[in-house]
Amino acid sequence: MSEIKLIREDGRRLDGRLPEELRPIKIEVGVLKRADGSCYFELGRNKVVAAVYGPRELHPRHAQDARRAAVRFRYNMAPFSVEERRRPGPDRRSVEISKVSREALEPVIIAEYYPRAAIDIFVEILESDAGTRTAGINAASVALADAGIPMKGLVSAVAVGKVDGQIVLDLMSEEDQYGEMDMPVAMVTRTNTITLLQMDGRVTMEEFDRALDLAIAGCRRIYELQRKALIEKYSESRAEEGGV
Amino acid sequence: MYKIVVPGDFLSEDVRRAGEGTYVENGKVYAMRYGILDDKDEIRVVPLSGKYIPRRGDVLIGRVEDITFPYWVFDIASPYKGLLHVSEFPAKVEYGTMDKFLRVDDLAIVKVVNVDPTMRVELALKEEFRPPLHGGRLVEVPHTKIPRIIGRNGSMIKLLKEEGRCFIFVAKNGRIWIRGNERNVDVVAEVIMKIAEEAHTPGLTDRVTQYLQVKGGRSVRNKAY
Repeated sequence: MSEIKLIREDGRRLDGRLPEELRPIKIEVGVLKRADGSCYFELGRNKVVAAVYGPRELHPRHAQDARRAAVRFRYNMAPFSVEERRRPGPDRRSVEISKVSREALEPVIIAEYYPRAAIDIFVEILESDAGTRTAGINAASVALADAGIPMKGLVSAVAVGKVDGQIVLDLMSEEDQYGEMDMPVAMVTRTNTITLLQMDGRVTMEEFDRALDLAIAGCRRIYELQRKALIEKYSESRAEEGGV
Repeated sequence: MYKIVVPGDFLSEDVRRAGEGTYVENGKVYAMRYGILDDKDEIRVVPLSGKYIPRRGDVLIGRVEDITFPYWVFDIASPYKGLLHVSEFPAKVEYGTMDKFLRVDDLAIVKVVNVDPTMRVELALKEEFRPPLHGGRLVEVPHTKIPRIIGRNGSMIKLLKEEGRCFIFVAKNGRIWIRGNERNVDVVAEVIMKIAEEAHTPGLTDRVTQYLQVKGGRSVRNKAY
């Protein structure tokens, strides 16, 4: 279809990955001292930091819910996160991403524990290379756990797509731009509940099924990394014991 | 050894043992919080972080934030405010005279007498402590570290009081009030911050003992200045 080749002769992608391979992931828990919970997340060339505050008092008061805490999510891209400077401030795209990301996380947050309060989640995109909303959800989920918020499980997210007629996992920028389909998926891995699914492009039903299976497998791998990062936060500091 | 669990981790099939920090779904017990697993009789997850949520019976250190007759509104280091009714005060308090008894920014040791479903928190005063608190120093740590500062059967706090030679009051909401000789208060406050930082490491009591002895020796030697 396009003149740009996204899959090489040997079946690998432009960055040398196999179709079902994720980009390298790095997760650090508790990177911000002043936030109640935080997480730094790298997915290939995406660099994302999430901060969670709360439960805390909710203002304005008319927004309070006497039965549960309100969950607020703000996705924001730094002006320098993309090649061409991005005008700071919310735009149509980031407002949408904030909404769908919040809805991807809300099913696991047990907000009934904190009536009238607010749980604030901030996701800042420092560097972007396609798939920032999924990176943001992954980071936010870990940051929520780090903040001690009661949850039913962790949410993991990854994008799948169709590139040069092939279904591939975790699109990078070039594949996202010149590919045929892009589909971010977020799920609660423990219960197999999909909490976010968006799609842009055209595929057959069979391709969709295959893509979804691939995304679920990717989410499971990310979940293991998220869990490991949380557990390591405390085993690490135990190793570097100093005097009191 | 400690086992750290993450929300959603499967813990047990024995639903009857499900305790705090867990939830039950389809006859199985899962972790609800990120914390340390306590699997003795009851299965509990002791959170490593999180805000203090008031519960009936808790004894707290509150700071007066606002006065609106007939309540003193207390900041209790929580997402929720505490309310102390004038009738709880051991004196006749008339309208407009509330600030003669407790002013904004005053500290008081209070007890949670009731928490309603919308998290309206009613407080009472602890008779032993006449409000407001005078002198001393207030130290704040995350409330999740308080059990470590108290220690098993109060071993750590006993050690701090004896070796630190201070009066120490530890409240559930993570506030600690220390009163005594300036230098001793310095040492105790420093040690408390250290305990909070290293709460999850083993052998803490021994290190605290050692540290207090070293510091204690120095404070005696430096008495001249």
